[in-house]
Amino acid sequence: MKVYVPRDAAARALGSDAVAAVFEAAGHTVIRNGSRGMIWLEPLVEIEENGIRSAWGPVAPGDVAGILDGSVESLGPVEDIPFFARQQRLTFARCGLIDPLDLADYEAHGGLKGLRRAIEMGPEAIVTEVKNSGLRGRGGAGFPTGIKWETVAKARGPQKYIVCNADEGDSGTFADRMIMEGDPFTLIEGMVIAGLAVGATKGYVYIRSEYPDAIEVMERAVEIARQNNILGRVLHSSHEFDIEIRVGAGAYVCGEETSLLNSLEGKRGVVRAKPPLPALEGFMGRPTVVNNVLSLATVPVILEKGAALYEGFGLGRSKGTMPIQIAGNVRHGGLFETAFGMPLGELVNDVAGGTASGRPVKAVQVGGPLGAYFAPEKFDTPFGYEEFDGQGGLIGHAGIVVFDDSADMLGLARFAMEFCAVESCGKCTPCRIGAVRGVETLDRIAAGDAGAVPLLVDLCQTMKHGSLCALGGFTPYPVMSALEQFPEEFQGVREAAE
Amino acid sequence: MTATAAPHETAQVSEIARIIAAHLHREGPLLPILHDVQAGYGHIPAAAHSPIAEALNITRAELHGVISFYHDFKDKQAGVHVVKICRAEACQSVGANALSEAVLGKLGLDWHGTTPDGRVTVEPVYCLGLCACGPAAMVDGTLKGRATVETLLAEVTA
Ligand SMILES: Cc1cc2nc3c(=O)[nH]c(=O)nc-3n(C[C@H](O)[C@H](O)[C@H](O)COP(=O)(O)O)c2cc1C
Ligand code: SF4
Ligand code: FES
Repeated sequence: MKVYVPRDAAARALGSDAVAAVFEAAGHTVIRNGSRGMIWLEPLVEIEENGIRSAWGPVAPGDVAGILDGSVESLGPVEDIPFFARQQRLTFARCGLIDPLDLADYEAHGGLKGLRRAIEMGPEAIVTEVKNSGLRGRGGAGFPTGIKWETVAKARGPQKYIVCNADEGDSGTFADRMIMEGDPFTLIEGMVIAGLAVGATKGYVYIRSEYPDAIEVMERAVEIARQNNILGRVLHSSHEFDIEIRVGAGAYVCGEETSLLNSLEGKRGVVRAKPPLPALEGFMGRPTVVNNVLSLATVPVILEKGAALYEGFGLGRSKGTMPIQIAGNVRHGGLFETAFGMPLGELVNDVAGGTASGRPVKAVQVGGPLGAYFAPEKFDTPFGYEEFDGQGGLIGHAGIVVFDDSADMLGLARFAMEFCAVESCGKCTPCRIGAVRGVETLDRIAAGDAGAVPLLVDLCQTMKHGSLCALGGFTPYPVMSALEQFPEEFQGVREAAE
Repeated sequence: MTATAAPHETAQVSEIARIIAAHLHREGPLLPILHDVQAGYGHIPAAAHSPIAEALNITRAELHGVISFYHDFKDKQAGVHVVKICRAEACQSVGANALSEAVLGKLGLDWHGTTPDGRVTVEPVYCLGLCACGPAAMVDGTLKGRATVETLLAEVTA
């Protein structure tokens, strides 16, 4: 009999450590797996007996005795729970299934197959395979990963680097965290493959400090990978690769790749002007691949199963699957990996089951704090890069935050500006000063001065066109989308109420 | 305090030298050094500035620029307990604003404030990756999902 109790940060934040302790006190060995992604069921306990793995959740310490004596009914196998059953899991296939730090378990579930194939193929063929898969950067910008790798592969430098962007600062996102905590070797394998492809021998994972669990698991996984020749001399081949874990220091803008590189170098996390591209002059001025966690963690399965399989999923130019994170005021929140193309409304109403409060959905913000609000009128938008762009939005890192009808859209617009002001790196005026003006202008509107609305629109235009990076440039998305879809909330609310 | 300052500071200087030495071989050693100093002292003491600047061959002004850029690095110690409450959108959708107002109100604090007895500091944080089980918070490094005023204040005001 095997007992699984997640060590995922969300499961722990909901009490999984105490649950694990009760199983241990009853004499059971507990495997601390990652989360299966159904956060409303966490802590989700699984027990495997006679080849059948059954789930219970949410479990409190007091439920354990009943689970063990059979008096508490099981949810059945995770694979049969509708939220899970309708997913197409490629990147997250192993997450929650295996013991995250058990390399044998990893290999038994397809781990290292991609890397072995990559070593046989050689650099050029790896780049071609990744290009053919259609994989686009999962950090937000959606740039084709294979093309980025090709640029770095062709660049010359005494040393090249693979930098994994694990700064995941967007509200409503936690997929990077989950994969690092639940299947860390996938990320390591993806980084090693990237290293082979471009000729880099050193990798850094820059993890935000708000993720202590992910940092700990990744540190241990890197150590295990070194001891087992995944790092070092890669699987006893002629290739070398090593990884170092670095920790951010609480700055949202450090998720922007050039700011991140400055931070890694020990400088202020100020955004660098491009060109030069990081691919040519990145970390320490040398050719560098900067990729999001999910981009890199998806590479092993592409190499294992082939570009054609991956490319076969999706819609238009959005190929493959996306680990969508459903968050906020939802009944069924969590990680839902599916092929691109599912309409937003299906995700919100069917998959997530509407709001947790039971009230009507008012709006959802997609793509983090720089993403637009979508009112239900736009719920037929299919989940894809171009499709969201066409509706004045972005998918970003694929976080969906649901709000019920109590949401204060003016307050949320103000928050977007305030967040931009707090997190601005300070390099350009439209962002640094504009965001502060934005807060003031929204306060005027809230105080009853509807005449300030055109000022707000002007300001958004200036920020959009005059900012160096997307922090200042995209903050207008949430602000303008709130204003355009909920104009009545920007009409001098207080006066109207009096 | 003043009487013990001298030996205390000597110990501090050698500890800081040890931290610097442990990271100096890295490419870009500054953040790892600052993290260790912050973890060891709860802030970046002024006494750490010169040795770090000298070891890394940067000016003290540059060093100060880095320290002040990052929210994690503090120039003075926080309260005995630190409560970080997520202010970001997903948590707002499930009542984070009311939660933080209530916590700040009960303690009589503004964001970043510390109670007069030095017991509790409350800080904002922008997403802890617990967006499907908000409101989220971190109390002395421990993550809390579906946080309430009671769960947040129980430990720190006991
Ligand atoms: C303000 C800002 C914050 C960002 N935050 C992140 C982040 O947390 N994680 C991430 O992977 N990319 C983030 N990005 C995007 C990165 O700049 C970059 O495009 C990405 O790391 C490239 O990797 P990819 O091609 O694999 O997506 C951010 C961009 C901006 C402008
Ligand atoms: S837009 Fe803002 S965050 Fe981006 S470079 Fe300019 S000041 Fe820095
Ligand atoms: S928005 Fe609060 S934890 Fe992510």
